Amino acid sequence: MTAPLLAVDRLTIRFGGLVAVDQASFEVREGEVLSLIGPNGAGKTTAFNAITGYLAPSAGDIRFRGARLNGLKPNRVAELGLVRTFQKTSVFGGRSVLENILIGLHLRSAQRPLAIMLGLPSVAREERALETEARRILGFVGLGPRALELGASLPYGEQRLLEIAVALAARPQLLLLDEPVSGMNPTETESFMAKLAEIRSLGITVLLVEHDMKMVMGVSDRIVCLNQGRVIANGTPAEIRRDPEVIRAYLGERYARAHG
Amino acid sequence: MDQLLQHGLNALMLGGTYALLGIGLTLIFGIMRVVNFTHGELYAFGAYMMYAFAMLVGANFFVALALAVALGVALGAGVELVLLSRLRGADIDTTMLVMIGAWIALQNAEQLAWTGVAKSIDNPFPAAPLVIGPVSVAWNRVFVFAVAIVLIAATYALINRTRLGRAMRATFQDRDTAALMGVRIGTIHTATFALGSGLAAAAGALLGPVFVVYPTMGDLAAAKAFAIVILGGLGNIAGATIGGFILALVEELGAGYVSSGYRDAMGFLLIIVILLFRPTGLFAQKERIG
Amino acid sequence: MKAALTAAWLALLVTLPLWMTNQYALHILIVTGIFIVAAMSLNLLLGYTGQLSLGHVAFFGIGAYASALVSLGFKVQLAPGVALALDPKPVWCGMLAAVVVAGAFGWLIGKLAFRVRGAYFVIVSISFAEVMRLVAVNWVELTQGPMALNNIPPLALWLPGVGEHAFWKKPENYWLTLGVAVVSYVLIRRLVRSRAGRAMVALRENEPLATSVGIDVTRYLVLTTVVSAAMAGAAGALYAHYIRIVDPDVFLFLYTVTMVIMVITGGKGTLAGPIVGGLIFGLLPETLRAAAIRPEVQWIVYGVLMILVLYFLPAGIVPAVRQWWERRRGAAAAAPA
Repeated sequence: MTAPLLAVDRLTIRFGGLVAVDQASFEVREGEVLSLIGPNGAGKTTAFNAITGYLAPSAGDIRFRGARLNGLKPNRVAELGLVRTFQKTSVFGGRSVLENILIGLHLRSAQRPLAIMLGLPSVAREERALETEARRILGFVGLGPRALELGASLPYGEQRLLEIAVALAARPQLLLLDEPVSGMNPTETESFMAKLAEIRSLGITVLLVEHDMKMVMGVSDRIVCLNQGRVIANGTPAEIRRDPEVIRAYLGERYARAHG
Repeated sequence: MDQLLQHGLNALMLGGTYALLGIGLTLIFGIMRVVNFTHGELYAFGAYMMYAFAMLVGANFFVALALAVALGVALGAGVELVLLSRLRGADIDTTMLVMIGAWIALQNAEQLAWTGVAKSIDNPFPAAPLVIGPVSVAWNRVFVFAVAIVLIAATYALINRTRLGRAMRATFQDRDTAALMGVRIGTIHTATFALGSGLAAAAGALLGPVFVVYPTMGDLAAAKAFAIVILGGLGNIAGATIGGFILALVEELGAGYVSSGYRDAMGFLLIIVILLFRPTGLFAQKERIG
Repeated sequence: MKAALTAAWLALLVTLPLWMTNQYALHILIVTGIFIVAAMSLNLLLGYTGQLSLGHVAFFGIGAYASALVSLGFKVQLAPGVALALDPKPVWCGMLAAVVVAGAFGWLIGKLAFRVRGAYFVIVSISFAEVMRLVAVNWVELTQGPMALNNIPPLALWLPGVGEHAFWKKPENYWLTLGVAVVSYVLIRRLVRSRAGRAMVALRENEPLATSVGIDVTRYLVLTTVVSAAMAGAAGALYAHYIRIVDPDVFLFLYTVTMVIMVITGGKGTLAGPIVGGLIFGLLPETLRAAAIRPEVQWIVYGVLMILVLYFLPAGIVPAVRQWWERRRGAAAAAPA
């Protein structure tokens, strides 16, 4: 059994007296799609924030290919290969769609400020290469025709696609998606699931937080269920579907007893 | 030792007015999230109004004081209604820059009206200082201190004991919820700005007779007010009060033992040093005022 | 088309001293040019990166004093028995020192900017400039205090065929200023249209998103402040060797306000904004003075003007004009031929 790509070991996050995440342990294996599910307030986004450097864990260990992520700044985490999206749609609204991707390509370019100010030809060459790559990514998510429009002017579904595209531009090894299909209609969700399959085929591992059960069951290799900050179940979709703890967490004690 | 006591007493006398300046600004900064660059001009306005009533019109000293403060409140309300009310949704940059524009216009209007010549205001107190053992203090400064304390106490009472004060505290904590609970945010903003400006004008009217009145006096006062707000934490009235006295003390000691030329720099240096170590201010307590 | 227009403008600007012989007008243009360089540098920080730095005049003043002191020479007692002395150096050395010293202070402020955010940073930046002013006033041994540094030599260059030539006349100072302005513009343009510029704007627009794709906040804040400060320092050096007197008033908050007004009304975050704003607020005082309007009234006009621009053209004049132009072009295209 090869070492996992991401190993979360007894992660604990406290806000004053409140324990948002309580000794949560799980791992993400290379090439898989792992979903984090759980009722609202279970600690999923909090765990995301800790993994990607937006929050400091109170205790526990987060390792990516063995390297410890605790306490690293978000941009450093991105450099290592973990890129996340946000629960509330987050794009650069005042910039064009193309510029959004170009910003996402930040880590792919090595232009140094001095070279930029001197106007060396290598800078212009790299800019052209970046633009080509940006258009390719836009084509991949199907936003090609929107390249010059402002990010804020896109309809909701396309903004979410733009978000994914920006994250992909940063060339992640592990992509963390925070409720990517929330607010999408069934058609948009279907096409997103297809997109996710394509992303997989690129070799990108995906860690997903989602509420849409149909989607979660459809795309995941494995599922981890959180409730009140604790991991209560961990397994394949089939196993999770039958797990009494999960049923209890979502639907309550009486339902579990009635149908257990 | 006597020197130290004298410095301490001087600081006490001055600290009260500094506290007034600081409280006014911290209220505005805290409740309205506005970087109020006109605060210094209200201070100068209070001083000039005092001059106008006490020296030009010949009114009774104490009446002039009351009038100066009242006009300060009115001007504050006016500035808020004319300039800030339409900017309520705007980002902090725009509001701040509008305040800078207003500051320029106000200061130059004052310069135009009164010319640059410094003015002095007579006071009705005995010229001989009050001597307490080894230290002495001028009577007018004792008066200033007394009035400042009264105004600080009144502000406390307003914030903590009245409906208006409760509404202001609610707006500070959570504007949206306060609005949902029926608090008229617009009214609160106008009231806050008027109150803060009134306190600044009071400080100016009190200190005008102690020092001299000149058009750019507001700049230094504003800078000190900002230092106090940072010392005490945004929206923290108790912090601003203590901060006012601390700043006065630091200035007194700095001027006395280091160099009098750098006296006014003390406030700025304090700001820089504090923010270096505590980027959110010294006593910053996020969720309360009063 | 655009290149031809730019070439025409440049030709006009370069040949200006040859056909504009009014020395006073030339003087106004030089001072305006110096302010435009300072405004462009402020725009990088205020406009592109979104940092409310209101202490910008500090870098201008530091540059002015640094250059003046290096070219005049100085001697100070740092502690009993410890003296720091420098013999007068050539002016171009002074100007280099100005850029380096101002840039170093910029580095300090940049490091600070990351820790102290928002409104607090505004206050810190203002305090920084005020402390500099008070140091200039009080450290008389170094700066001569309010007595000012006098008789600062003008720039002297070795020109082939002429030998050492000192810039006493206005046309040569004009060309020097124009040169620095053009270089500054080009540097800023290159930065802004690159990966670095995109990072700055990303930080301004959506910091969490920017960091999630690997943009290092501290790094870009520091880069911006260093370049911005160094450029302002260069403007300060130009000022010192043209006006040839430097006193603590060079640190007045009023000058920061002037630069801010130029950037905001012109259009922050645009390349042309500070130039347009600089021209307006550099030349406006002269027109008003010609109409015998008192300086206080002038400033009231500026304050009101800035407020009006912020209300009605919040993005500034340049973007507003651009929008209007686009709309006209769109209307012309839609209208029947």
